Amino acid sequence: MDPVVLNTLEVILNGLMAGVMYSLVALGFVLIFKASGIFNYAQGVMALFAALTLVGLQTGQVPFAHLINAIFGTQLHHFGWELPSILAILGSMAVMILFAFLVERYILKHLVNQEPIILFMATIGLAFFMEGFGDLMWGADIKKLDVGLPQGGSFWLEEQTAGWASEGSDYYGMYIDVLDVWATMIAVALVVALTLFSQYTKTGRALRAVADDHQAALSVGISLRAIWVIVWAIAGFVALVAGIMWGAKLGVQFSLSLIALKALPVLMLGGFTSIPGAIVGGLIIGVGEKLFEFAIGPMIGGATENWFAYMLALLFLVFRPQGLFGDKIIERV
Amino acid sequence: MFYREAGDFKTSYPADAATFPIAFDRWRYFLVIGFAFLVVPFIINDYWEKAILLPFLIYALAAIGLNILTGYCGQVSLGTGGFMACGAFACYKLMTAFPDLNIFFIILLSGGITACVGLLFGLPSLRIKGFYLAVATLAAQFFLVWLFNKVPWFYNYSATGQITAPERTIFGVAVTGPESPAWATYLFCLVFVFVFAWVARNLTRGRNGREWMAIRDMDIAAEIIGVNPLKAKLTAFAVSSFYVGLAGALFFSVYLGAAEVGEAFNIDKSFLVLFMIIIGGLGSIFGSFVGAAFMVLLPVLLKNTLVGSLGWPSDLAQHLQLLIVGLLIVGFLIVEPHGLAQLWRLAKEKLRLWPFPH
Repeated sequence: MDPVVLNTLEVILNGLMAGVMYSLVALGFVLIFKASGIFNYAQGVMALFAALTLVGLQTGQVPFAHLINAIFGTQLHHFGWELPSILAILGSMAVMILFAFLVERYILKHLVNQEPIILFMATIGLAFFMEGFGDLMWGADIKKLDVGLPQGGSFWLEEQTAGWASEGSDYYGMYIDVLDVWATMIAVALVVALTLFSQYTKTGRALRAVADDHQAALSVGISLRAIWVIVWAIAGFVALVAGIMWGAKLGVQFSLSLIALKALPVLMLGGFTSIPGAIVGGLIIGVGEKLFEFAIGPMIGGATENWFAYMLALLFLVFRPQGLFGDKIIERV
Repeated sequence: MFYREAGDFKTSYPADAATFPIAFDRWRYFLVIGFAFLVVPFIINDYWEKAILLPFLIYALAAIGLNILTGYCGQVSLGTGGFMACGAFACYKLMTAFPDLNIFFIILLSGGITACVGLLFGLPSLRIKGFYLAVATLAAQFFLVWLFNKVPWFYNYSATGQITAPERTIFGVAVTGPESPAWATYLFCLVFVFVFAWVARNLTRGRNGREWMAIRDMDIAAEIIGVNPLKAKLTAFAVSSFYVGLAGALFFSVYLGAAEVGEAFNIDKSFLVLFMIIIGGLGSIFGSFVGAAFMVLLPVLLKNTLVGSLGWPSDLAQHLQLLIVGLLIVGFLIVEPHGLAQLWRLAKEKLRLWPFPH
């Protein structure tokens, strides 16, 4: 085969897997939007916070060490023990559940029946708060996250594909990060689990009822507040998974919270209310931006990944204002 | 006692429709304007100019712009940073291409150019609504910043990619460049803010403003009673971008002096201005001012208390600042979702009946 074809194939494969990573973040948005109509801007920061907590627990950091040191003049930093990954993950999950409970108790409860824009702003405020809180609690330095997932390029694939190129061309095989492959599998498992959960459990049915119609759900005796806690906890769990994946890929640092911005065009494309939409949207965005950068990027200065996804989503929306899989917009006076 | 309509008789329609119907309000307004124009320039120093007054004035202008679009017309925009960058770069290109043109007109022209760009990005708003539009405006933000970063023509092929404002004068006094005196830059910005806040106030209570508000409250209903949504939405985008462009041009030329697009006009700017109008009050010109003042003063105050008085490390103060800003935003939204302007309105209502509320 021609190396150009192989290169394109590699770009597409990488794009698909990058897309899955975007979908992971987008999933959290969709869950909360469906259940409460809140566009949760804090989703990205939740992923960052979850990853920070995970690393902190794993390495036995003292929470608020920096603050305590500044006030009391002590020299605290670590407890001196290390937790196994699985315990640390469970611990982080507990923190995210607690967080969901607090958010419902102190923010959402007071903002029932406000306009969507007000709720959206509240989540931006929440994002700021969590960012400051996370930094204060665990420190702002870049941390390495290692929960035992394999990393680096796949040599097997590289060797296999190196032979595919036509004779005499200097082609060295495809580079595909094993971590991305893992992320893809975990994302698929997550989606299957979420679908099963919402289709076959009582809580799942309640979730769907709330998503369908708040008032009708209330009138058949579903507790809206309990549902919100559950949804935020699930979104926290998704954020934890996304945080682990992205954290393992990029290191746990502030820029992790910016992946929320990458998930937005995915949401627009797929529709705010559709879980399959988040996946398909992610794949389209991932492949689209990688291909565009590969084919056209070098001609116009590169780094097109910053905006291409938005432009693509914008174009899609002009033709389909509710996204690919979103609920049909019905307008009445 | 002093603050009431009783005894204040109106004898003409213009007097009846005045912005400040209550005499006390009118005098307070004149007093504030007089103080800003006649007293502040004589007591201003460099610290007050650079840290508080200039950012306040410029952000107030940007906040008025965004408030016209989001507060009055209901179109949420997250592209403010991009449009500010557009104004800044238009200003830079015009300053370097026409060195003899007065800086006053250059700033106005930059606003005009930004308005055209805003129109372009406003076009999708006819199809896309709500959050979808908010995210769509992010396209403007990222695309414009990328464009100014990657196309060397915009920064005159300078090696660093930075744009630097050359010195320009008005009546022989420098208002841009490092040599400009504090009072001159302050007055220059103040004139813009004063004039355009006045224009905005009158735009929003005229025909245009009513059309915007009709679209905001329910666009289909507005269409049925005869508001042209194409015209209303696009004028809102154009006017809003004009204001934001002005603010961007002033921000770059008068305040910063030199700017790098990725740093000065990134997405944080968009959120900052959005916070200002939410905290100040959506759909209120006065609210834009209060919100801008609040968001400019808060970090300065926090920094002064935490780093200056308590002697904490500055990175800790920064984290705490994020945390406190976040808390305040959430707190404000819970206590008063309509912002500080609404609190002010309530206070005035109370004051009208004071001291005999029954």
